[in-house]
Amino acid sequence: MITAIGQLGRTVISGVEKLGDATLFALDTLRLLFAPPWQGKHFIMQIYAVGVGSLIIIIITGAFTGMVLSLQGYHMLVKVGTEALLGPAVALSLIRELGPVLAALMFVGRAGSSITAEIGIMRVTEQMDALEMMAVNSQARVMLTRVIACAVSLPLLVAIFDVVGLFAGYVIGVDMLGVNSGVYIGETVDKITLSDIEAGLVKSLYFGLLVGVITTYMGQRATATTEGVAKATTQAVMLCSVMVLILDYIITSFYL
Amino acid sequence: MQNYKKIEMIVGVFVLVGIISISWLAIELGGVGGVGTKGYKLIAVFDDAGGVRVGSDVLLAGVTIGKVVSVTLKDNEEALMVLNINDDVQITTDSSLSVRTKGLIGEKFVRVNQGAEEEYLADGDEFDDTESPINLEDMIGKYIFSGDAK
Repeated sequence: MITAIGQLGRTVISGVEKLGDATLFALDTLRLLFAPPWQGKHFIMQIYAVGVGSLIIIIITGAFTGMVLSLQGYHMLVKVGTEALLGPAVALSLIRELGPVLAALMFVGRAGSSITAEIGIMRVTEQMDALEMMAVNSQARVMLTRVIACAVSLPLLVAIFDVVGLFAGYVIGVDMLGVNSGVYIGETVDKITLSDIEAGLVKSLYFGLLVGVITTYMGQRATATTEGVAKATTQAVMLCSVMVLILDYIITSFYL
Repeated sequence: MQNYKKIEMIVGVFVLVGIISISWLAIELGGVGGVGTKGYKLIAVFDDAGGVRVGSDVLLAGVTIGKVVSVTLKDNEEALMVLNINDDVQITTDSSLSVRTKGLIGEKFVRVNQGAEEEYLADGDEFDDTESPINLEDMIGKYIFSGDAK
């Protein structure tokens, strides 16, 4: 009984310690944003790896999300004779919720996992030490560039996801299901406000930062063995996905 | 280095496409471009604003000709509305205003009915004739009441 309570206490303490460690790590990394030398070239390379690399999967996910929303929404709305509201229904769910969340989840799977694995392996093969030996600040070169690349790429990817999804939803709703095109566009433009778009983009910015910080942190703190890296990668993907959903709820409750 | 130039180019295109997407969303759907639209202001006093809000449409013959800029209380009694009307639209001095609903349960808008006068309202003028919205609950109440009286 006593040992069980002790175990619980140890788990809580180590959890709090990790949270504190991750926060300090994030602040320490972001602080380097204001310190030269600037990592311009490496930053571009990371946006290429993280952002451009995720583009295809984001476009495919966006298109099918818009299509299924339109199809499903139509069959629900037509029952109460309000299929005129299909446009705003698709656009609102895409822009406010599904765009940021689904794009972030795909982003975690595509880019987040590779960040953790890459940093973990760099540590296993002692590349971090090699960088330090050459007087390169590995935290700025490796961590910061990835965190910032995530925070910059994800909002852009979400915007692309939204636009692709809106077009796909329009094609299904108007061309396939026969909703009047003027009504569809008119109602959408009428109902969507700037604050909806702002809410979606603010979310994606936070998600990008979150994914960047968690994946780099997990890579950095991974046990420097093959199994350690594998475990850290799995944990990073799980933690990111869950945190994105929790953070989504919190931000949504502030923005409604 | 040649390879890096290519990557730089692709990243540039990616960022550009992303920014165009954000701007498209903001301008087409968010209505950012409509902030600076010109027009002139007219004042209307209603007994009952009936749920018209800032940003509600002003329609003439079913065409949107402006928006409601503010809805405030006047003398703790009546609703004072300021309407922003597009410059190219002229409204006669004897026209009347009414608050209507789009569809049965849709949103509220202000409808302008043109009069027969040759003179037109100018910036800051007030409408003489305003008609309060039809309140469905009041009508049902009246109907039930008149039914009892028989």
